[in-house]
Amino acid sequence: MAATPPPSRPQYEHPWAVRFCHWANACAIVVLTLSGLRIFAAFPSFGSKLPEHDLIEAVPDAVTLGGWLGGALQWHFTFMWVFAAGGVLYVAAQLASGHYRTVLFTRRDVAGVWPMARHYFFFGPKPVAIGQYNPLQKLAYTTTILLGALSLLTGVVMYKPVQFSALGRLFGGYHGARLVHFVAMCGILGFIPGHLIMVGLHGWDNFVSIFTGWKRHPEYVPLEREP
Amino acid sequence: MNVDVDRRTTRRELLKLSPLLLLGGFTVPSLRDRLLEAGVAWSDTAAGALFRRSHSAPSFGDGDVVPFAQFPYNGYDVLEPAIDFARWTLTVGGAVTRPGRYTLDQIRSLPKVVQNTRHVCVEGWDAIGRFGGARLTDFLDLVGADPQARFITVRCADDYYESLDMPTARHGQSLLCYEMYDRPLDRGHGAPLRLQLPTKLGYKQAKYLMALDVTHVLPAKRSYWGDQGYSWYGGL
Repeated sequence: MAATPPPSRPQYEHPWAVRFCHWANACAIVVLTLSGLRIFAAFPSFGSKLPEHDLIEAVPDAVTLGGWLGGALQWHFTFMWVFAAGGVLYVAAQLASGHYRTVLFTRRDVAGVWPMARHYFFFGPKPVAIGQYNPLQKLAYTTTILLGALSLLTGVVMYKPVQFSALGRLFGGYHGARLVHFVAMCGILGFIPGHLIMVGLHGWDNFVSIFTGWKRHPEYVPLEREP
Repeated sequence: MNVDVDRRTTRRELLKLSPLLLLGGFTVPSLRDRLLEAGVAWSDTAAGALFRRSHSAPSFGDGDVVPFAQFPYNGYDVLEPAIDFARWTLTVGGAVTRPGRYTLDQIRSLPKVVQNTRHVCVEGWDAIGRFGGARLTDFLDLVGADPQARFITVRCADDYYESLDMPTARHGQSLLCYEMYDRPLDRGHGAPLRLQLPTKLGYKQAKYLMALDVTHVLPAKRSYWGDQGYSWYGGL
């Protein structure tokens, strides 16, 4: 059978665990970022107390949560469990179902990154879409999952630097973990605008699929996995 | 072949996400406070379970210690509360076999520990200092603390108050601290006696100690900052 034209047959793209964890973690990331910025404002410097190099005068109230340090810590200590549970459930479900193959960036995807980037940023020809995600998407999603894992691990180190001192050494101790935690947050925040723009460009049918799991009119050639 | 997704499938798939609506509880003010309180309480429970009494906080060489003049002074109210140093004693009560008033000399007569450890503030900064004092666990033995008791509480000359879980109180690095940088504790750092706990955040390490009680249950007023919304456990 010829691979063209793409089938109009609906595809079950997002299993329950993916959709559930997507929305749980979307909420968690918003809460953790806003409360995290309030926590950062209490000591807006990296490294030792002395000398303290404040990076900012103050974090604007509009992008913080909790009102004061103690309130922000309450949000952070509550939603860190949502974030951790969502992340662990997502990875476990993806591994158990084998669905991770649709999204995990591997060596085979490397060659496809540049043609896809050229299409998105420089209006180059659109590469033939095979499978649910193109190489650039796989790179973005895989990187973001790794950044999430990194922020979780460095968060654990900062939360209990004594109990997890062995893990802390991996990140250069308490100071290093604090810096990596911040950088990982910046990375995740860098992913979100691109993600939202692409969702906007791909229309309603695509947007609905992260709620229902089903995409009515997929624009790609599905892999061998058929319902 | 054109199979569409029927409405029942769509509805069923949407219903599978319904547990997420529980997160909506955080938008209701009265519910939100209780949920956040539960979140912090659960984190404290997990932190207590993770605590290992035999695991030491890192200690540092003399070269890593910040100069005394740079060690930050932190107080919630005044740095020099009125204390009659000549007549100062630590009043011990609660579940102990030898309650009473203990002098600084009695505390000094216990084996002395000097340690260079990291002081971590809830704000996110830290400083490595040099502290000396008696192990809290030795003092608890001296006063005959009930082995079944679960907490100690302290009251301070500046109306500050705190409480500790017994595993932390019995940790080998938890000190009744009377020295800093090999000199008697100065007033701003909590003279004549303070708690020095390398496994706890700074606000747990009460200064200007006046009274210590061994208890089975926590009083309503548990912790000066904990009662205002910080984690009661405050562990590292």
